[in-house]
Amino acid sequence: MNSFLNKNRPLVYCPGCSHEKITTGLDKAFVNLGLDADKIVIVTDIGCSGLFDTFFNVHALHGIHGRALTYASGLKLANPDLNVVVTMGDGGLGIGGAHVLAACRKNLDLTLIILNNFNFGMTGGQYSATTPADAIVGSGFLNQAEIPIDICAIAKSAGATYIDRCSGLDQNLPGKIIKAIQHKGFSLIETLGMCTGRYTKKNNLTPKGIDQIIEDLPEMPGAIEKNQRPEYGERYRALAKERNVFPGAITIEKQIEFKDYQHQEVVILGSAGMRIVTAGEIVCYAGLCAGMNVSMKNDYNITVLRGQSVSEILISPEKIGYPGIESPSVVLALSDEGVQRRKKIFANLKPGTFVLKEKSVDIPETKADVTEIDFKELKIKKQDWALASLGLMAKNENAINKEMLNYALKLRFNEKLYQIALETIEKIF
Amino acid sequence: MALSFMEGNEALARGAVAAGCNFFAGYPITPATTIFNSMLKMLPPTGGICIQGEDEIASMGYCIGASMAGKKALTATSGPGISLYSEQISFAIGSEIPLVIADVQRLGPSTGSATRGADSDIQFLRWGSTSGVPVIVLAPKDALDCYVLAVHAFNYAEEFRCPVFIASNKEIGMTSESFDLDSVVLPPIVERKIFSGNSYLPFEAEAKKAPPFLPIGGKTIVRQTSSTHGPDGYITIAPEVIAQNQERLRQKIHSARNRITLFEEDIKENSDTLIISYGVTSRSVEEAVQKLEKKGNPVSTLTLKTLWPVPEELLRKKAKLFKRIVVVEMNLGQYVNEIRQILCDKQVEFYGQMNGVLITPGKIMEVIENE
Repeated sequence: MNSFLNKNRPLVYCPGCSHEKITTGLDKAFVNLGLDADKIVIVTDIGCSGLFDTFFNVHALHGIHGRALTYASGLKLANPDLNVVVTMGDGGLGIGGAHVLAACRKNLDLTLIILNNFNFGMTGGQYSATTPADAIVGSGFLNQAEIPIDICAIAKSAGATYIDRCSGLDQNLPGKIIKAIQHKGFSLIETLGMCTGRYTKKNNLTPKGIDQIIEDLPEMPGAIEKNQRPEYGERYRALAKERNVFPGAITIEKQIEFKDYQHQEVVILGSAGMRIVTAGEIVCYAGLCAGMNVSMKNDYNITVLRGQSVSEILISPEKIGYPGIESPSVVLALSDEGVQRRKKIFANLKPGTFVLKEKSVDIPETKADVTEIDFKELKIKKQDWALASLGLMAKNENAINKEMLNYALKLRFNEKLYQIALETIEKIF
Repeated sequence: MALSFMEGNEALARGAVAAGCNFFAGYPITPATTIFNSMLKMLPPTGGICIQGEDEIASMGYCIGASMAGKKALTATSGPGISLYSEQISFAIGSEIPLVIADVQRLGPSTGSATRGADSDIQFLRWGSTSGVPVIVLAPKDALDCYVLAVHAFNYAEEFRCPVFIASNKEIGMTSESFDLDSVVLPPIVERKIFSGNSYLPFEAEAKKAPPFLPIGGKTIVRQTSSTHGPDGYITIAPEVIAQNQERLRQKIHSARNRITLFEEDIKENSDTLIISYGVTSRSVEEAVQKLEKKGNPVSTLTLKTLWPVPEELLRKKAKLFKRIVVVEMNLGQYVNEIRQILCDKQVEFYGQMNGVLITPGKIMEVIENE
């Protein structure tokens, strides 16, 4: 192949625009690399740099402004054999800055060509993230209060493994693009160019002036020694390969015949760190062992080891409809924080409802049957109060019985933890 | 018998894997995070890819790229994430990119409440994109539905080449419950139609149909673009070409709306009241109706599983027999007006609630009894 350019779609840039040289430079690079058209995809976004994909007879994805790197990453992860080249102007760079940083950090094998022409050409020469503060632009004085970014310096600190910077008119541009594409990992080339339609009409920027800007900026050597590391896709696939066990669903066989089991609603009111969610799961497993339907909702803070932890469980021989608590049959009041979170329920508890209250916990007035227990005196640690309470529920046959609890503990814990759990519960029995 | 026990979010992930999903990208957000957690456990062992994007916009971009390379992609978020997805959703709609988007809704507006449920996004999902092209939105009521609807969602995404939303809710996604997983019969898996002729034009399609697919990276060169395009995938300003494409985008979903209609019903011959609901609220409705029947007040129910496209024919057909129609929603009335528009000859009553808690069966009984 001597050119990938689409003969039916001639270049349409403004006369003198550097984008034209970069387009033909990219084509030469593809030719010299000896790539097949079906192994190349050009990913673009919006603006004049977003026209690139239309000029080539290769795969193309033209997407939303600033997001080209996100599509490119999806394509490359899905098909690692593709040569993925992204073109982006200083507009896309400003919008999609987070994606540029992520691409530098990830080091997926993509090539990003940034076409920096110091302004938004398509919308009227407004200032961009790379416009000098003293430039005359379409956004009035606004650029004078900001400074331009050096994307190469940013990319270097973000971990890019390959960075180059050159004039869009550089004779050696195809060679530079070839090296960038050949680099295994994320490569970034910033080209500085002339926007003859807008920018150079009002600003005295010449090809020599661009060379001077590049000379004044820190040199970018291509491969960045200190950032070298494995390519993301290969690293990801190696790590993922080690995860080879598909997690089956938790499925529990009916073990126990429990005749005339009535719908139960269990509320466990505790604090973070008291293993409330684990206790809730054990109650659910106990119900499942008896062939019942169960549901569980937990309410806890996003912080760890602070605040309330509440578990609400339904156990029913019927399919569970409304998954909320309406009329609890068991309430375990194990911490003031937990009780405060659901303090409204106590006034409506019916006589016959089993309320287990730890000695140190205050509960609002209630008509329910309240049993007080002093776990401290029984030398049970706070993190085991919920588990120990299940022992008492089982002993009294409130919602669960001893057989159900035993099966549930076996299912939930390994042999060692099961034995420890039994010891805790036996203190109550 | 054995019952499985899992969160709605895990069930949704299991459904996606059963549907052949092999790519996930997402960004953590309560109450959707456990879909991401589940996919991260399930995809590597099945040869799939699971990525945490640098933000929500990127996550959608990864999915779009992967889908265009032929993968079946899922992403999951909540209302604030859907806001960020919006530009990419428009891209996927307009450029016919198959995707499944799980929206585990929480109470809005804006940041709202991370751990409080509501059906906040029902209109947002339909209209949160440019152009107004129809979308498909499915609404599960429990974990079992999450599992089954995930398969339907992928099937629709593949057939119609469009994003399909699963409008879940914190109260489903983060509630663990039991169901008989082993005896679920899933719908047969649908794959996108692959182009088989000569001279491929990426958007050339039969009227009212999605175009056949070829992946970016295959033997045939493929163009994809977010710009207004003709069949060849190049930008166009030709009014007749634009009009034809816009009409096809609308018709491919609109003309199939009866086939896309998923629902449950409990029609009692001797009742004159029909309650229409969807999502987790329909479970309260079912329980309320059981209690009302015991009190000698038979009430019928219609539970919508497809919200968009609006199941016009179903609504008309089912409502015909009833004097009184009551719509119940976990918001202040996002869907009721769609129903009112279709049942314009009927008085449609409404009860809604937006306070971070479930509507109780008791409340629904009150609404029905206080005529």
